Amino acid sequence: MNDRIKKLRQHSLESKPTLSHERAELLTEFYASGAAERVSIPMSRALAFKHLLQHKKIWIGESELIVGERGPGPKATPTYPELCTHSQADLDILHSRKKIPFTVSPQTRRIHEQKIMPFWKGRSIRDRIFEEVEVAWKEAYQAGIFTEFMEQRAPGHTVLDDKIYRKGLLDFKQDIARQINQLDVEKDPEALDKREQLRAMDVAADALILFAERYAEAARKQLRKEQDPQRKKELLKISEVCQWVPARPPRTFWEALQYYWFIHLGVITELNTWDSFNPGRLDQHLYPFYVTDLQNGELTKSHARELLQAFWIKFNNQPAPPKVGVTAQESNTYTDFCLINLGGVKADGSDAVNELSYLILDVIEEMRLLQPSSMVQISKKNPDLFLKRALQIIKTGFGQPSIFNTDAIIQELTRQGKSIIDARNGGASGCVEAGAFGKEAYILTGYFNLVKILEIVLHNGIDPRTGKKIGIETGDPSQFTNFDELLAAYEKQLNHFIDIKIRGNRIIERLYAKYLPAPFMSLLIDDCITTGKDYNAGGARYNSSYIQGVGLGTLTDSLTAIRYHVFDKKTIQMVDFINVLKDNFRSNVSFYKQLIDNTPKYGNDDDYADSVLSRVFEAFFTAVDGKPTVRGGQFRINLLPTTSHVYFGSVIGATPDGRRAAEPVSEGISPVQGADRNGPTSVLKSASKIDHLRTGGTLLNQKFTPQLLANEEGLAKVISLIRSYFKMDGHHIQFNVVTADTLRKAQKHPEKYQDLIVRVAGYSDYFVDLTTELQNEIIKRTEQGSY
Amino acid sequence: MKTGYIFNIKRYAVHDGPGIRTTVFMQGCPLHCTWCHNPESRPQMSPNLYPEQAQYCLRPFYRKIPYKVAWRVSISELLRELRKDLIFYEESGGGVTFSGGEPLIQPEFLHQLLLACKKENIHTAVDTSGYADWKTFQNILPDVDIFLFDIKILDPDRHKKFVGVSNKKILDNLDRLLQLGSRVIIRIPLIPGITDTETNLQQIADFLKKYEEIERIDLLPYNMMGEDKYKKLNQKQNMVRLHHQSDYELKQIQSIFVPYGFEVNIGG
Repeated sequence: MNDRIKKLRQHSLESKPTLSHERAELLTEFYASGAAERVSIPMSRALAFKHLLQHKKIWIGESELIVGERGPGPKATPTYPELCTHSQADLDILHSRKKIPFTVSPQTRRIHEQKIMPFWKGRSIRDRIFEEVEVAWKEAYQAGIFTEFMEQRAPGHTVLDDKIYRKGLLDFKQDIARQINQLDVEKDPEALDKREQLRAMDVAADALILFAERYAEAARKQLRKEQDPQRKKELLKISEVCQWVPARPPRTFWEALQYYWFIHLGVITELNTWDSFNPGRLDQHLYPFYVTDLQNGELTKSHARELLQAFWIKFNNQPAPPKVGVTAQESNTYTDFCLINLGGVKADGSDAVNELSYLILDVIEEMRLLQPSSMVQISKKNPDLFLKRALQIIKTGFGQPSIFNTDAIIQELTRQGKSIIDARNGGASGCVEAGAFGKEAYILTGYFNLVKILEIVLHNGIDPRTGKKIGIETGDPSQFTNFDELLAAYEKQLNHFIDIKIRGNRIIERLYAKYLPAPFMSLLIDDCITTGKDYNAGGARYNSSYIQGVGLGTLTDSLTAIRYHVFDKKTIQMVDFINVLKDNFRSNVSFYKQLIDNTPKYGNDDDYADSVLSRVFEAFFTAVDGKPTVRGGQFRINLLPTTSHVYFGSVIGATPDGRRAAEPVSEGISPVQGADRNGPTSVLKSASKIDHLRTGGTLLNQKFTPQLLANEEGLAKVISLIRSYFKMDGHHIQFNVVTADTLRKAQKHPEKYQDLIVRVAGYSDYFVDLTTELQNEIIKRTEQGSY
Repeated sequence: MKTGYIFNIKRYAVHDGPGIRTTVFMQGCPLHCTWCHNPESRPQMSPNLYPEQAQYCLRPFYRKIPYKVAWRVSISELLRELRKDLIFYEESGGGVTFSGGEPLIQPEFLHQLLLACKKENIHTAVDTSGYADWKTFQNILPDVDIFLFDIKILDPDRHKKFVGVSNKKILDNLDRLLQLGSRVIIRIPLIPGITDTETNLQQIADFLKKYEEIERIDLLPYNMMGEDKYKKLNQKQNMVRLHHQSDYELKQIQSIFVPYGFEVNIGG
């Protein structure tokens, strides 16, 4: 790392996230002017976007090479009042909360109170959502059965492919003009709507070009004042780059990076899309530029490294937009889930690992930043050396990169009907979500509390926490004579709540399609231009809506415990078991001990428990998969939690697996924390009994002691471990290489462990930034060590 | 004999031979090493010693197995457990390791297990103290892919003092195994002040130098686990609290063997 990068990195690390009123103020100004009322909705969104990019502050940091900020400066984080208008109380919470705060200056507060809140009250999508969904949805939402991704953030969940490296925005504008010309108003009743969409996209393309030109101009201005000849040269280069891209296709490595960065800023300024947005297969996209530039002397390896590092810092400067309420609880982090993909296979199915893949791994290791997040795609065709290099970084203990099974991802995507080429060009984004990059809207709609459903079944439709009847009556559990009856009741209750969630999703998807189109993002995702349809209205080639199941381990162990003790061993009657739970195990310590130490549990390669897992997986899959969405796609499942397993646990009483009331449930497809006692091979065997290929992603966490990866032989064995899991179609695995002892010390003396980064679930975070509940949850995870 | 006694099974064993392995810890040991790591393995087994545990089937491995407990398993039960990690063995070039205690103290059971593993193409390793009749070795030889053979102390008197038996049988067995072309990894437990002395290690090196066939020498640094187990067993460990060897000391020890052309590993 050279001095420039050191400084930029330090600046990024030291900048504290603040709330910026810039975007909200400009947007409100635009809408209050009445300009939006004179045009169609898509056009008003495009004009609003243009207004933002025309007037927002331009920021070129000292010694920066890649330029552009979303806010007026690093970590100045905008709000999106058209989606979620923050109240005074929200601003108080954001400013003062202990974890993940955003400083709200008195000026920002005043502007929010005087201009933003009064204008947007009742007009935001969030307000509309809560107005339009049914009562049953609201009750379930309040009970913690599910969360709703789109109540504060826009659908996003998509990743760019290689198109911007071949085409400039001027080329996109030509495509748009061609499409408009081809519209046939007589034959196509939607032709005029399509024309509006396409015109909006055209304006959005202009807006970004204009924004880049403002950067070129700012660089020229700085150049005139600059004394240092070296910096003068750099500023000249920056101005030339920004003048060329994004209007025209990039010619060099530098232009390619800067082009992507402008696109990125466009997407995250237009809306606060979930899982941000990201360049996806970066080693693939940049490789041709890298090779050519090296050949003709435009670039050296060290300069390529420096540019990549500068690019990395730009991601770290953009915290996830501030979240409040349930949404803050389900995803309580500054990380915005840009997941850089490396490795995998090319379009023709051959090994895609190249020299740049390794160079980018070096950058990841050296930068050690939370953002962007990174992963390696491992196909059976990729060399062990590549996996080994990734493990050498993982063992330094910051949770990156995570490891994905390319061959599984391709099968998951083709099962959903994607072409094999689109599947090979895809990967994973967010935490673990499989997608066809550049061609799919794969929208996560909310976490689903699989464990809470069981609690409601055990109370015949009533939520014991509130005493409210929110479910259907599935029968008095004490009358069940066998396990199958219990499972049938579970399935019934599950279907009931999934249907409520899906009905809500349809309403919300329609709201976004109608009122909040995203003309800029639509430019980027095939086939929005050719179909003349917005991304939020089903314009993408593939449209999937996901419901993310949470607590599979806790649910499996709970059902298994009932099966074992009530129906098989008959050690306790159902009614007594339920009473033990009500009492939080206080009065029956010996039974509690039996539950913990002497009851089959998922994660031990024990078919007694694992067969229950297969059945609940099947129930969840059947309840969701294939149902139609309003965007013309299908509902799908995946299994990941972010931080929702802590929130979901907080709304559930004691569970039959021995989990005490309000404790977190299990995360991803990982076993219940501490329940797996048979080593990592057993965990992987158990986890492979889930049919990963019928999901859009599963998340498995493993905590390894550093000794297991200490030497060459240890690394080789972990490589075999991963290869075996992938042979069994496992989708993803990630490692925390840290001892519980270190984590306990960090909890006691946070001041000494400010830099300690851990893997949470699908992302890494500073340990000291996690809530105490989450810290405890990670400490409790089984530590796989050598003996 | 279709059943035998074991006191633990460890999956993802990464220090007991090549690749990813499952190690079966067999009950019983004829030695009395003062530093024993697996004191729970020492009580001699007999079919009636643990009647209650004998009915443990292999299912409850999630059970925290209480110390001082061995249990009886049949070959077919055990094999069902060993098969579970087949995919990992194949991927890593691993397999099954029979350790203990001393696996050769249950010769017929061990023999049957080895035969069963070979029948299913599972790689086999036997981790032995070497203290058994040659006949026993001879019997299992064709079905063992690799021996992990402990050498502790070369001086006969000190061996008798700290290990409780003579080392003549052990060294003879090693000699014969190597003569017959068996694959052997030598394992030297480094017990501070007992086996890790320069004299002892030099004597071992001098003894081993004629055997070019030795695949590797593993130096096993002292670990505290034994002490912890003794506490759980409420036994007083027969020795003063010991310290770990430092990395520097380990390198020094390693350098005693390297000049003879051996591949020397620290750790298993």
